Amino acid sequence: MSLYDIIFYLFALLVLVSAFITVTSKNIVHSAFSLMFTLFGVAGIYVLLGADFLGVVQLLVYVGGILILMIFGVMMTNEITNVDIKTGTTQVVPAIIGVGLFAGALTSMMLRTGWNSQPSENMDTTTYAIGKLLLTEYVLIFELLGMLLLVALIGAASVARKEKE
Amino acid sequence: MLTEFGKIFIFILLAVVFVPLIVYVAKFIRPARPTKEKLKIYECGENPEGSPWIKFNIRFYVIALIFLIFDVEVVLLFPWALTYQDFGFYGFMVGIIFLLILGLGMAYEWRKGDLEWERPKPIPPILDDEPPAENEELKEESLTI
Amino acid sequence: MQVELTHFLVVSTLLFSMGVFAIVTRKNAILVLMGIELMLNAANINFVAFSKFGGFGLSGQVIALFVIILAAAEAAIALAIVLNIYKTFSNVNVDEINNLKE
Repeated sequence: MSLYDIIFYLFALLVLVSAFITVTSKNIVHSAFSLMFTLFGVAGIYVLLGADFLGVVQLLVYVGGILILMIFGVMMTNEITNVDIKTGTTQVVPAIIGVGLFAGALTSMMLRTGWNSQPSENMDTTTYAIGKLLLTEYVLIFELLGMLLLVALIGAASVARKEKE
Repeated sequence: MLTEFGKIFIFILLAVVFVPLIVYVAKFIRPARPTKEKLKIYECGENPEGSPWIKFNIRFYVIALIFLIFDVEVVLLFPWALTYQDFGFYGFMVGIIFLLILGLGMAYEWRKGDLEWERPKPIPPILDDEPPAENEELKEESLTI
Repeated sequence: MQVELTHFLVVSTLLFSMGVFAIVTRKNAILVLMGIELMLNAANINFVAFSKFGGFGLSGQVIALFVIILAAAEAAIALAIVLNIYKTFSNVNVDEINNLKE
């Protein structure tokens, strides 16, 4: 068992345990906090897979942006006097059965399939290669992402803005 | 064999260990002379009273939203900035068009006034053990700013 | 045991299942959104893993980048809608919000 494997199991454990806390915790703030560890662990897995740029993007966008937005959402959708912000659950038992079957079937499929695995060597930095792909093969998507972000900005801001009296 | 990310990993581990250690060690060597003011929950410029789960102004959300969108924009510009010189004028224009599209969003936010901040009327903090004022009139005056 | 493609796929499968579980069982709309984020992350792990082990070059990583950016846009709009729902109904429990018009 090499050091690489140990670090992988560490990050996998971090991701799965904190994701489990996220989906089962009664307190929504605890959920948001453990979601941070999940996203961090996923960034670690990206780095282990040789995607250094994606790992940094994951930290910047998910941990630094989306999670903050989620916590703002939590802060703004709870009553002023409601100190213990507990949340309810529905249909737990059928969900456990269904999701358990689903996860078991998918996992056994993943384990049984004979993957034609051709591991490529990890590059030192992938940012340059990704930039090259963005300017050649995916240049239209690059510009469309600009449009998407513009639409998201205008749409979300106009939905969330306080109406003037 | 230690890659660059291996160093970062060790750094993160050190940071995680360091903070609890320092907080724990500081407990032993610091002098402890608590007063009523010192034991209050620290809050800059606000009265530390009431529940912390107050509802925030929705303006905070709009600001966070604008931050997130432009955060993503900057992330996309990193690989472009590394490679556009290899493609000459074409590569340059790709980035400029991208920036113009998002500049449109910036102009919209500016025009709609989402970037401005309406400041609420400041409420001066009222401390419990304030020195008594000379007369009532002066005290009234000092509280209405 | 040497870590290879299967390990990453199993981690992403379990993460995806937990995302489904959150979406199915939680009442709070923000927790449902968190479940969606977990599922998107699971899909992203698959993309990046196949980018390394599948021999397709870096396209998998670029797609994963697009997914992250789409997730950012989705979270921004979805949370704005959740805030508006809160303004109208004074709660964000997805099972209680069943009117189109009040």
